[in-house]
Amino acid sequence: MSKADVVAAILWIGVTLYAVFGGADFGGGMWDLLAGQSERGQRARRLIDHSIAPVWEANHVWLIFVLVVLWTAFPTVFSAVMTTLYIPLALAALGIVLRGAGFAFRHALPGPVRRPATRVFGISSVLTPFFMGTVVGAVASGEVPSDGGGDPTGSWTGVLPLLTGVMFVAVAAYIAAVFLVRDAAAAGDEDLQRYFVGRSLVMAVFGGAAAFAGIFALHEHARYVYDGLTSWPGIALVIGSGICGIAALGLLVTRRFLSWGMRPAAVGAVVTVIWGYFAATFPYMLPTSVTISDAAGTSDTLVVVIVVFVVAALTVIPSLALLYVLSQRQALE
Amino acid sequence: MEAVLAPIADSGSNLLAARYQMAFTLGFHIILACFGVAFPAIMLIAEYRGRKYGDEDALRLARRWSKAVAVLFAVGAVSGTVLSFEFGLLWPGMMDRFGDAFGIAFAIEGIFFFLEAIFIAIYIYGWKRLPGWAHFWSGVPIAISGIGGALSVIAANAWMNTPAGFTLGPDGRVDDVDTVDVLFNTSTAHEFVHMWVAAYLVAGFLVASIYAVKLLRGDRSHYTRLGFLIPFTVAAIFAPVQVIVGDFVARDVYEDQPIKFAAMECVYETGPDQAEHLGGICTDGEVKGAISIDGLDSLLAGFSTDTVVEGLNDVPPDLQPPTPTTIHLAFDAMVGIGTILALLAVWFALSWWRRRDIPATPWFLRIAAASGVLAVIALEAGWVVTEIGRQPWIVHGYMKVEDAVTNAQGIWWAFALTMLIYAGLTAVAIYVLRGLSQRPDEEAPGGDIPYAPRSREGAAE
Repeated sequence: MSKADVVAAILWIGVTLYAVFGGADFGGGMWDLLAGQSERGQRARRLIDHSIAPVWEANHVWLIFVLVVLWTAFPTVFSAVMTTLYIPLALAALGIVLRGAGFAFRHALPGPVRRPATRVFGISSVLTPFFMGTVVGAVASGEVPSDGGGDPTGSWTGVLPLLTGVMFVAVAAYIAAVFLVRDAAAAGDEDLQRYFVGRSLVMAVFGGAAAFAGIFALHEHARYVYDGLTSWPGIALVIGSGICGIAALGLLVTRRFLSWGMRPAAVGAVVTVIWGYFAATFPYMLPTSVTISDAAGTSDTLVVVIVVFVVAALTVIPSLALLYVLSQRQALE
Repeated sequence: MEAVLAPIADSGSNLLAARYQMAFTLGFHIILACFGVAFPAIMLIAEYRGRKYGDEDALRLARRWSKAVAVLFAVGAVSGTVLSFEFGLLWPGMMDRFGDAFGIAFAIEGIFFFLEAIFIAIYIYGWKRLPGWAHFWSGVPIAISGIGGALSVIAANAWMNTPAGFTLGPDGRVDDVDTVDVLFNTSTAHEFVHMWVAAYLVAGFLVASIYAVKLLRGDRSHYTRLGFLIPFTVAAIFAPVQVIVGDFVARDVYEDQPIKFAAMECVYETGPDQAEHLGGICTDGEVKGAISIDGLDSLLAGFSTDTVVEGLNDVPPDLQPPTPTTIHLAFDAMVGIGTILALLAVWFALSWWRRRDIPATPWFLRIAAASGVLAVIALEAGWVVTEIGRQPWIVHGYMKVEDAVTNAQGIWWAFALTMLIYAGLTAVAIYVLRGLSQRPDEEAPGGDIPYAPRSREGAAE
């Protein structure tokens, strides 16, 4: 494994963490948007808030991590993607601004403007992952030329990019609902637990259907990725995803082991897809024009990125653990 | 759509729009960055005093300030994310060729940013969950990571001014990188110290100015006095330091970035005995309407009026900064305000030394009430000097901004939208912070700010 491959794997770890934790955050915003004004909806909203509040900022640091590693270690791919897909990327950035501001401010605002702030938070929670999905779909379907400057509109408005966008939204909503099932159980609210079990089921079916449609779209528009996913080692991860997904579905339907079994199963279903894509496109960064080693920056820079990642893991993980313990601990009297 | 955009999408116009967009979003973010670097330290001083001397008012201030830190950090994180998108969206040419050198500092900054985000949440949660001094110490990593983050980002900017630590391959891209030389290029040390001190000035004077207004309105409670004294003392210690630091920085700029130094005083022709100009407009090879002090520019640059200062005309017109007047006036504004703030600090120190009190005249508090805004103006002016002073280069000597800018269309529209959104963001942030400072105090930060723990009842019932 070359240094460039290690850094690509680090990049992908960042993508995975962002997809899971950032995704749960976006999904929380979507469920907030759909919660309505009923008493039950308000309770759901409070639970979402309770779950997101301590970690929402840290979750989004993963996005910055991904961007920085991409531009530092793979600068030419970064600029090729940015000069082609600037419209969905700018819209995603816009969504991040509105979402962050909406979440940061809504509690501090007086009644009449709190509703619009909450609405802004919810809508941008849908749009941001959608546009990010279109970017990934466009890259997968080979719409980004190796030296950039591809079609600014056509590149991300094809079937595969749009479908990927929808899938990102579905996955975010699914992960959030699953996380909230456990949070509702921890808060001792059985009614809300049922509420989110139902939503998890809907999103599991919807996400599964989108993924199924995605297979056909990949066959049509991203043949290389399709071939990678249907041969070793990609196929193993796809099957793993299927097993995790069905296991999660089974646990939801039977309402068993919800407190500890659900999260690993649901997260497993998503993580295996993300790494399935990595395995399927390997050794390409932009399938099928730019490989990881073509795109890699200088050797010294790659070493720095690897060292930074190790240091980050050694410092950030214990700190996150401390925050988690504290947020679960009862207040001192 | 295309037809509508065509007239304003030619490349020169694109460059201007991208520069405005970058300047505006950076100028917005840098104010929040100052709070991220310096406000946690001020908050911790209040908590230290509260715990050490059993001062309840100091603890109340620390609690209240921790909420403001959380709100400001949240907005800063958002505006910072926008900047990392903009590097690619606006300046893909630079990232393409120099990303593997320019990016290193940002990779390191990521760790500090992450730690700061986590420990701010720990600190806020800790008010009710960590005992006494343990809570104080949980805040110390916030202040340290703020400094580390500032050092990393400044190293990246310094590298644009005095690029080092790399070789270029035949394709014009970075070929070989020496990490230490990239990070510690000749401008890193002076830019960092200058900016670090500036952050303490901006945060200290801005927070103090809020309490100065309350003192002026007749609220002389211990709480309000303390709310003024803690941040103002911090800023007052750093204000004279900044004058000395600034002097060193100017000499470094004279050495390493002579054309920027020339623009600061509009020196057109190389030679000794250059004058220092206060105000005025730089045009047709001279400075008009300024108060000029003969020889002072040379004296400041090299301790002698015989010191030769390089002039703008040493480089062809297309390699000179396009608007020397802006640079010159911004430099004057920065130095002028810095001097006023240092004198204000001396006034305060004399009064405290003689009578252990804030100067009695309301004029002191009136100036102190304006000091926060003045410090922000000086901060922005300083960045105008360093950024416009580097033009037309984006990586000095290697790449011009016009070669780095994107071909993407519609940047003027993006800029207009950004202005609207940021204006709204600013208005709401000020509204929220005002609310924080006026609402009756409660035990610990409640659910009205990001990160805050929500009560169990709120979640479950």
